[in-house]
Amino acid sequence: MTSATPSLLSPDAAAAGHRSPLADLTQETLALTRRLFLQLARRPSTLVAGVLQPLIWLILFGALFANAPEGLLPEGMSYGRFLGAGVIVFTAFSAALNAGLPVMFDREFGFLNRLLVAPLRSRSSIVLASVLYITSLSLVQSVAIMATAWALGYGWPGGAGLLLVLFTLLLLVFAVTGLSLGLAFALPGHIELIAVIFVANLPLLFASTALAPLSFMPAWLGWLAALNPLTFAIEPIRAAYAGHFSLSAVVLEAPYGAVSAAGCLGVLAALALGLFLLIRPLLDRKLA
Amino acid sequence: MTKAATHPVLELENVCKRFGKGEKSVEALQGLTLCVPRGSLFGLLGPNGAGKTTTLRILATLLAPCSGSVRVAGVDALKDPRQVRERLGYVAQEVALDKILSGRELLQLQGDLYHLQRSQRDQRISELIELLAMGDWIDRRSGTYSGGMRRRLDLACGLLHRPEVLVLDEPTVGLDIESRAAIWAVLRQLRDQGTTVLLSSHYLEEVDALADQLAIIEGGRVIAAGQPSELKAALGGDRVTLRVREFSDEPEALRVQQLLQDCPGVRQVVVNRAQGYSLNLVVEHDGVVEQLRRQLAEAQLPVFALAQSRPSLDDVYLQATGRTLMDAELAVAGSRDPKAERKQSMR
Repeated sequence: MTSATPSLLSPDAAAAGHRSPLADLTQETLALTRRLFLQLARRPSTLVAGVLQPLIWLILFGALFANAPEGLLPEGMSYGRFLGAGVIVFTAFSAALNAGLPVMFDREFGFLNRLLVAPLRSRSSIVLASVLYITSLSLVQSVAIMATAWALGYGWPGGAGLLLVLFTLLLLVFAVTGLSLGLAFALPGHIELIAVIFVANLPLLFASTALAPLSFMPAWLGWLAALNPLTFAIEPIRAAYAGHFSLSAVVLEAPYGAVSAAGCLGVLAALALGLFLLIRPLLDRKLA
Repeated sequence: MTKAATHPVLELENVCKRFGKGEKSVEALQGLTLCVPRGSLFGLLGPNGAGKTTTLRILATLLAPCSGSVRVAGVDALKDPRQVRERLGYVAQEVALDKILSGRELLQLQGDLYHLQRSQRDQRISELIELLAMGDWIDRRSGTYSGGMRRRLDLACGLLHRPEVLVLDEPTVGLDIESRAAIWAVLRQLRDQGTTVLLSSHYLEEVDALADQLAIIEGGRVIAAGQPSELKAALGGDRVTLRVREFSDEPEALRVQQLLQDCPGVRQVVVNRAQGYSLNLVVEHDGVVEQLRRQLAEAQLPVFALAQSRPSLDDVYLQATGRTLMDAELAVAGSRDPKAERKQSMR
């Protein structure tokens, strides 16, 4: 301990530098995000399935309802064009809903403990890394679907429309990722988490305007769909695809009144914020 | 460097920890008090379920005690856990590696979590690869590693940030002899170069061979502590195991017990039913054994085997707890609840 040059095994408390908290936070968050991307690169099946599945939806569902009666869809839209927005949103939603799974496995295998004994500047970096990872993954998936939809002749939202699409997805992904991470810390194990994901996933899809417009639904389902967060993400994107990307344009004729694109985004933002505030105490308790 | 030179590095005072609520609750620690001096290689010895892992998890700031105080290198672990995490390296019992990452990638992640500068981190990693002889496989995915490799990688993770204290939970359980020897060597080297090392073990030989200080813990309390040689010397006397026949029956053993108990210089005689009614006794000096042989011959009793030894740590343990470590292990073996224990370790 007295030697001038510290030997290999001697303790060195001074090594812990005096750097800014922000630099530390960035370093630990990027390192944790890098781990998730390394996993993805070596196990690309998640990504492959995540891109393939929505494409299959798009092609099969698009064909299934290709002969839908005239006038079912507003403005004589083709079903494929109608479906595109639904599949994009549903894909981003599913990916975000699964965000908690890796965290749950880290809890179960004890890898989380490795992170918890490290002097992390803030343990929100664990959550932050997941959000970064899922958001980028969702964006890649969305762009892949949009490109395919374009190739199938279902259109492409240009310029400002594209920005609206990406911003809407971002809000939805933040909200749902927060929910999923909260569940990953609240539930006892991955079996329970998968069960919740399984129960939530498809019903939320069918009770939204992803596959059919509100006008096509019985009144009670119309009410459900008009309250479903997925609908608030789908309708602005659908409007962007139709070429109207004005924020003040009415995009949803809900039973309780007309909602503008800005209104939809507002609901999504409020949802993201609300869920964040809801899981915050839980994360604090589990990660304190 | 001067601030804590005289202070113990690890101080636990009257620490209690309860898991669960109501009737099902388990008192894992019941007023545990422990002091680990700076620069020592300290062994925490006790049967499974004694509270060793809970103690170490509290030191690593993974658990908060229900009551009591915990200080690591002078820092209050409950008030400032982050400071403690910077000074302490923790090697858990169940090695959790991300099997899809290579060992080097795990070390890099670990270095970033401890906020090492990149150049410093990479240099440190290559030093540790050399020290622990991990060069051949460090770039392979850790899912392919053997138990010994996993342990060595985990040890490297614990050492990466040059902690003042290294805490290891049963570091050699289930390892081959070669890996065990390698880990022992590193732990000794660490101690020699100034790092305080605390390891838990339920192997007597391990603590005897490695530790310069030890504490015996049972039922969530420290029941004896000191240097191994001190503890053994404090017991005094020699241990003698006597068998009059290869397999005696109980009446004969009891008769011999009666006979020996009255000999001067014999301290205690126990009939060991588990070992074919052999007799375990403590004698004050060598001369007593000669006396015993004469007495047995006079009583026309044969001697099948007679072994004499200095007190071992097992005897220290027996004296402190009233049973041998192995008996204690067997006693808890059936009563453990792996599901509950897993739950305790999950956050």
